[in-house]
Amino acid sequence: MDSFQQVVFKLKQYWADRGCIIQEPHDVEVGAGTMCPETFLRVLGPKPYRVAYVQPSRRPADGRYGENPNRLFKHSQLQVILKPTPNDVIEQYLGSLEAIGIDLAKHDIKFEEDNWEAPTLGAWGIGWQVMLDGLEITQFTYFQQCGGIDLDLCPAEITYGLERLTAFLQVKDSVYDIEWAPKFSYGDVRFNDELQYSVYNFEMADVGTLWQLFDLHEKECARLLGLYPKAEEKRRFPLLPAYDHVLKCSNLFNTLDARGAISVTERVGVIQRVRKIAVGVAQAWVNQQHGAEAAQ
Amino acid sequence: MSALPFLLEIGVEEIPDWMIGGALESLRALFQELLTGRNLAEGVTLTLDATPRRLVLRAQGLTERQTDSEELLLGPAKSAAPAAIEGFARKLGVNVDDLGVEKGPKGDRVSYRKKVAGRATTEILAEALPGIILKIYFPKTMFWIAPGGPRFIRPIRWIVALLGDAVVPFELAGVHSGNQTSGHRKLGKARVPVTFETYEQTLLENFVILSADERRKKILAEVEASVKPDPALLETLVYITEYPTVIGGSFDPSYLTLPAEVLVTVMKHHQKYFSVEDKSGALAPRFFAVMNSNGDPDGLVRSGNERVLRARFNDARFFWDADQKATLAARVPSLESVMFQAKLGSYLDKTKRVADLVNELGGDADAVRAAELAKCDLTSELVKEFTELQGVVGGLYARVQGETETAARAIYDQYKPSSMEDSVPRDRAGQILSIADKLDTLRGCFSIGLIPTGSRDPFALRRAGQGIVKILVEAKLSLPIAGIVKENAQLAEFFLDRVRYYFKEIRGFQYDEVNAVLASGWDDLVSVESRLAAVQAVRPTPNFEPLAASFKRIQNILKQADFKGGVSIDPALLEPGAEAELHAEFENVRATVSKKAHGPALEAIASLRPAVDRFFDKVLVNAADPHVRRNRLALLYQLRSEFSTIADFSEIVTTS
Repeated sequence: MDSFQQVVFKLKQYWADRGCIIQEPHDVEVGAGTMCPETFLRVLGPKPYRVAYVQPSRRPADGRYGENPNRLFKHSQLQVILKPTPNDVIEQYLGSLEAIGIDLAKHDIKFEEDNWEAPTLGAWGIGWQVMLDGLEITQFTYFQQCGGIDLDLCPAEITYGLERLTAFLQVKDSVYDIEWAPKFSYGDVRFNDELQYSVYNFEMADVGTLWQLFDLHEKECARLLGLYPKAEEKRRFPLLPAYDHVLKCSNLFNTLDARGAISVTERVGVIQRVRKIAVGVAQAWVNQQHGAEAAQ
Repeated sequence: MSALPFLLEIGVEEIPDWMIGGALESLRALFQELLTGRNLAEGVTLTLDATPRRLVLRAQGLTERQTDSEELLLGPAKSAAPAAIEGFARKLGVNVDDLGVEKGPKGDRVSYRKKVAGRATTEILAEALPGIILKIYFPKTMFWIAPGGPRFIRPIRWIVALLGDAVVPFELAGVHSGNQTSGHRKLGKARVPVTFETYEQTLLENFVILSADERRKKILAEVEASVKPDPALLETLVYITEYPTVIGGSFDPSYLTLPAEVLVTVMKHHQKYFSVEDKSGALAPRFFAVMNSNGDPDGLVRSGNERVLRARFNDARFFWDADQKATLAARVPSLESVMFQAKLGSYLDKTKRVADLVNELGGDADAVRAAELAKCDLTSELVKEFTELQGVVGGLYARVQGETETAARAIYDQYKPSSMEDSVPRDRAGQILSIADKLDTLRGCFSIGLIPTGSRDPFALRRAGQGIVKILVEAKLSLPIAGIVKENAQLAEFFLDRVRYYFKEIRGFQYDEVNAVLASGWDDLVSVESRLAAVQAVRPTPNFEPLAASFKRIQNILKQADFKGGVSIDPALLEPGAEAELHAEFENVRATVSKKAHGPALEAIASLRPAVDRFFDKVLVNAADPHVRRNRLALLYQLRSEFSTIADFSEIVTTS
């Protein structure tokens, strides 16, 4: 039986063997692997790219104080981006399941329609949720738009839910019982995160402070975006740091939402605010990359 | 020339099940159009099939080529100078002797019948198929090569195109047509050659059952008779599998303490399982899942599915228990933070409005109580998780929290009918609550300009309107709805459209019958239904349509005379004969009509036809004496207004 970390090693090795750069997680908090610059910005433009990384993904509203065996504040996604999509992408994906010891001839795999959309990112795609014996283990998406921009190369995004997949492999009913490494359970490693972040997100986060932080990050990002058109040396312009502020806003929005501080009416407005700076960065990024290519 | 079979298989990554039927119909129509347009359709039969990964069209009886045809080319007049005629022949590259003569309206002309050889069918297909494939209709498409590139439901990965034994060669989205199909993803070969004759058998050997009907039969044969029939779920399963195999599973009976609605929703909507009923009709702790595979020898699929279901049920139990910490009644204030619509306020505001409306519509104490609690389940964990159970969950909670059974049922049924096929709420309280809730939404949205246009109807207002109509008619409720919708002219028009839609499209009445009846008033839809039934029944009788034609004539006469009534009939001015007889019959019928049901009343009115006919035959309305003329107009006016309470007959489209 493979431990959680061995499953991760095998998947990374599998995709490394197929030409993927193996990246480490982005060092700013995100809600999903899609939001990392390695996906959000790299899928833009005409340059081929292949990357895989594990991204701890924070969903403040999904926290359950470590009491629910299936729901987590912070779960781990293995994110794979194949740009452009190879013709045999699904066969490659199925091969990755075999690589972690799932004999597909003995299991039931189905691809069920599930189109993905992230309104805060102006991003959407067409795809499936992949069901293994009735369990959703992967979201598979053909990216169509990101930051409101049509994607030149239609990348495939494969997002594995690592906890679910490992619980399946280890036949565990509770995520906390998964063996992360020999002698260490998932609970040993992550229980404190689940408990303490649930307490913070649901009970103790100071709404006023979070709003202030949101405003500050939004303002800083907007300030940078305002400067970009006039910047003389575009290549030097700090769009990657600007994007980190988008991510901060996104996570603060999610935390405020979990805290119950955003009414349904406000919600649409706040989503628009995040979307505006996300789209702004994406457009500037495409311009910047285009300029860099032209210069080469 | 021998007939050839044709096979087209479009190999695609998994197509959403619900789109497949429409895609096949679209493919059939496009292909038929091609054959017809190219003179190839005669004697050809088409068969269409699909699995999630392939759309298949097979044609029998195609000819190898189009038949040869002739094209008639006209030259100069026969009387033209020989040089001109020689020129015509030279241009065509033929001898003057080969030319003929064609008679025309301006005299004889030199002509030539050019033989056009029919093109090879394979050429025509190769040319047309890429376009046809890309035109297949899907509700949502994607690009996978580049933004301006081909669009399809999912990427096309292979194409089989065989006419007889030969490949029909073409290229689409980088895929070259060939003779190789692909079997089941895990159980079959990835590439395997086929012919038209071996195609279906080869697929079967590679674990693909091509025929949806065969897959359906296999599923039905393998599930137990005790499963709850579910045609929609069955169709989904037929079209998300290439080789369906049923497995049975079970769950701990302790979960049966959760409401069956919740368990069934988890099994059906979230897991696509059939649920099972025991002999008494109660839910049994078992289920059937359909795999896309040929077996589960080690029981891995079964135990995996059972584990997923257990986790889902645990979630549901957790939410159910958590929700009991606050009763529906205690949740009312928290509705203030659930927004209904920015300009229309929160669900608390809506709750107050709906409760008032229920009162206004004559709802009893149970109905009002149900209205007050109706939206509280929106704040429950269970509804946040299973949104499709809104209303149902509220009803279940109301029951366990000691609300009256009637109020609980009203809450449970409040969103009914969810479609025109769904039933209406069971009790009067639920019917009034459902109407009030929908009416409030309509009234509110129209007041702030959120009016459906074309295909845009984000608040599903049409469905709400039709729901109201359906409840009023089918529950036989004579409620003062019309007065409320008429407060807003646009809403009144919209509502009238919903009434028309319901009676025409759902109930199948003729459009002119609907127009005729609605023109006589629609304040009470129960009466509308009864009047429509009467018109429909009397319409085939011989007197009806001619009488309707006479009513139209009457209406025209009154209109031309600009006669607005207000004149009583003076019997002394009636001319003996046809006019006096019509008046007498009119008085007779009038006396009986008001006491009769709509049907007999209509028959009585129709019996006036001979008298009306005679009147128009013998009597000139436009009499020289203005008093006589006015008297006649008054007679016609009364005739029309008295007998238009059931339907305005002048709206009936007559053939005479």
